[in-house]
Amino acid sequence: MPEIFNMLIASFIPLLFILIYAVVILWVEIKVASHVQDRLGYMYTGGFHGIAQPIADLLKLLTKEHITPANSDKIFFTLAPVLVFASSYAAYAALPFTSTFIAANLNVGIFYIIAITSFVVIGILMAGWSSNNKYSLLGAMRSVAQIVSYEIPTVLSILTVVVAVGTLNLQEICEIQKGGISSWNIFKYPPFMLITFLIYFTASLAEVNRTPFDIPEAESELVAGYHTEYTGMKFAMFYLAEYANMFLVSGIAAILFFGGWSSPFGKFLSSPGWGVFWFVSKGLFFVFLQIMLRWTLPRLRVDQLMYVSWKVLTPISFVNLMMVGLWAILK
Amino acid sequence: MQASEIYERIKSKFEDAIVEFKADAIVEPYLEVKPDKVKDICEFLRDEPDLAFDYLMCLSGVDYGDGTLGVVYHIYSMKHGHRFVLKVKVSVNDPVVQSVESVWKSADWHEREAYDMFGIIFEGHPDLRRILMPYDWPEGSYPLRKDFQVPEFYNGMKVPY
Amino acid sequence: MATFEITTRSVRGDLKTDTMILNMGPQHPSTHGVLRLELVVDGEIIVDVIPHIGYLHRCFEKHAEQMTNYQQVIPYVDRMDYVAAMGNELAYVLAVEKLMGLEVPERVQYIRVIMAELQRIASHLLAVGTYGLDLGAFTPFLWCFREREKILDLFEITCGARLLYNYIWVGGLSHDLPSEFGKKLKDFLKTFPKALKEINDLLTFNKIFIDRTANIGVLPPDVAINYGCSGPMLRGSGVKFDLRKNEPYLVYDRFEFDVPVGEGKMGTVGDCWDRYYVRVREMEESLKIIEQAWEQLPPGDVHSAIPKKVRPPQGEVYFRTENPRGEIGFYIISDGHSASPFRVKARAPSFVNLSVLPEISRGYMIADLVAILGSVDIVLGEVDR
Repeated sequence: MPEIFNMLIASFIPLLFILIYAVVILWVEIKVASHVQDRLGYMYTGGFHGIAQPIADLLKLLTKEHITPANSDKIFFTLAPVLVFASSYAAYAALPFTSTFIAANLNVGIFYIIAITSFVVIGILMAGWSSNNKYSLLGAMRSVAQIVSYEIPTVLSILTVVVAVGTLNLQEICEIQKGGISSWNIFKYPPFMLITFLIYFTASLAEVNRTPFDIPEAESELVAGYHTEYTGMKFAMFYLAEYANMFLVSGIAAILFFGGWSSPFGKFLSSPGWGVFWFVSKGLFFVFLQIMLRWTLPRLRVDQLMYVSWKVLTPISFVNLMMVGLWAILK
Repeated sequence: MQASEIYERIKSKFEDAIVEFKADAIVEPYLEVKPDKVKDICEFLRDEPDLAFDYLMCLSGVDYGDGTLGVVYHIYSMKHGHRFVLKVKVSVNDPVVQSVESVWKSADWHEREAYDMFGIIFEGHPDLRRILMPYDWPEGSYPLRKDFQVPEFYNGMKVPY
Repeated sequence: MATFEITTRSVRGDLKTDTMILNMGPQHPSTHGVLRLELVVDGEIIVDVIPHIGYLHRCFEKHAEQMTNYQQVIPYVDRMDYVAAMGNELAYVLAVEKLMGLEVPERVQYIRVIMAELQRIASHLLAVGTYGLDLGAFTPFLWCFREREKILDLFEITCGARLLYNYIWVGGLSHDLPSEFGKKLKDFLKTFPKALKEINDLLTFNKIFIDRTANIGVLPPDVAINYGCSGPMLRGSGVKFDLRKNEPYLVYDRFEFDVPVGEGKMGTVGDCWDRYYVRVREMEESLKIIEQAWEQLPPGDVHSAIPKKVRPPQGEVYFRTENPRGEIGFYIISDGHSASPFRVKARAPSFVNLSVLPEISRGYMIADLVAILGSVDIVLGEVDR
């Protein structure tokens, strides 16, 4: 009995985290955008700099009418946002938030995350197809092509790290990097790990449909892509999933290359409580980077996007993998 | 090249197509030609190297209010920097003018607009349909004609005044 | 309702694919208003584009005939190209003045030049900003709006309106420049080059932006002339033709400025990037003109030449000026006895420029169509009138 209880708590914590984080990041995104663009953004709701605006937005989304297009495939249409959110939520199970908390300490943690996040593709395709809207369909097709192509450089760069550390367990990957800033993976095998990180970060931008790879939901071309027809809470699910994915890829970047929950100062400030702080702040830093990129760059075209993946990132990551592998053997 | 010289050039080739050349018209002289010859004249004006009218500035339909419709061509030469005004007049009962779409592509939409607003039929236009008015606008109703009456009903809805 | 039966089957190798019809607009974020494009697409490749216009038709020409006098048309002219209203007023007023043979004081002419050039900058800022928006860059759009706001402030202190001015009248202007105009104008002239550089750094020379626009929607010069394109569309194709230079009106022959043309710097001459960059450089040239005009501005009375009655003699005129979007022309017929025009035809640059869209967008992708349409820079108020 207490075991089930523990499991429930363990699964509830990531959900709680996602919800709180989404509210915060909604506000941050708007604020960063406004300041990049020389304006103030939200200023009224909640007193200080519109701090309560995301809550108001969420309440508004909750009270919106659910509209299901007449000719849509109703089952898939309803299921799609759930599937998209569920798969990114499920991936959080294998994220080590600190040295003492991980919802499911799997031996193949990183492998599990790669596998479970692939479900997002199915969800998006379902959403695009069942909406019975040409823009949604085009958006879904673009999205699937994009995510499937970028899966390869992502996985290859993750594999490079796995070769370097010798384990698939995310908790162990963090343990290995415990000795402060100098033992972080990014500084190993110079400069190959740095290149690996850059490839991973670029590819992960495409995985979560962020600028400059946000073509599946390019509002100037496809209105809103695969979620054109969605309203209310179903739309909010997509939104939530997008932000959850943003933190997920950022968190993995932090774990694989920047020590995860380990303190940059070695033993100093390295209790489990501080571990949460280090992990979340590292993750949020990369989320912030993604937001900054979004408000700086235009977006690529579909074929250019494929070009970047197949002709640039994939070959480089192969070479990288070989070099690191060779180096690891020779050592 | 001055308008009178251009007129002489046209006259030497299309003597029988000319209706009137008004050299003392206010602001600009113009040449009125027959509606079934306008395409040939335009082709001549475009292709002759010393005329080289390669740019159609404007093509306007006009209702003169006395039972005649007109089309006015304002043309310009990018090469020589001179301009000329051509006109045709047709009866409102048989408003057929040769299309110059094949001479200048810019005439395409202008002619559609003249058709839409005045009901001038451009013979040889590849795609002569309404452009600004809705596609369900009543057949034979051309809003810029002087005798146009605002219909009382549009698609069964009463027009408010 | 006309329908279009399209039975095209495009064949690539052995693979037969059906084409799909995609309706872009009338409500679509990047059609810049209520334009409807019927796209025949093969996957994402565009087979054909059929523009449907007229959703914003407000019977400008009919209105102009129904007015009781010539001045009353001016506010309607404003509403054609509503982001460059000064330019429209200028073209209409100059046409009427030419028909009447009216001479206006020098000060009026100089102020008209300053206003028209400020309006050109404002309009190009909008074009550049929304072009960035079409390609997914949100920030340059708001930076452009920030600068445009300063110009609108200048207009506001001059005539009280920010968008639709009714400022240029037949024979004069509605108001003289206010006393604080000079200082604010100088502030703007000083800060604007910096802002323009920022926009260039962020957008114009961005690698992704160049990839998206270079070699896309190439418009060869002969096609551009044949289709009657004008303004940045024509100059982007490398044709050095600007009415301010080639057919100078007002006092434009007294100023030194260049006519920027597309050079194919990033790709082919006449591609989207060229058209875009011509606009950016035209803003710099407009700044030069404003500076010179402000220095030479003579004193005088802006109301002295306004006629009590505008009754042009029987005749007709076609007058054209260089609007931000290209050649705007007014064909006005006066019957000599009534106080309102017998016929007014507006040759709107966007209307003519838009007609070339199917020609230059076949064979590109849907994403490119957005880039091409943005580089044509249409204002639907003017297309539909």
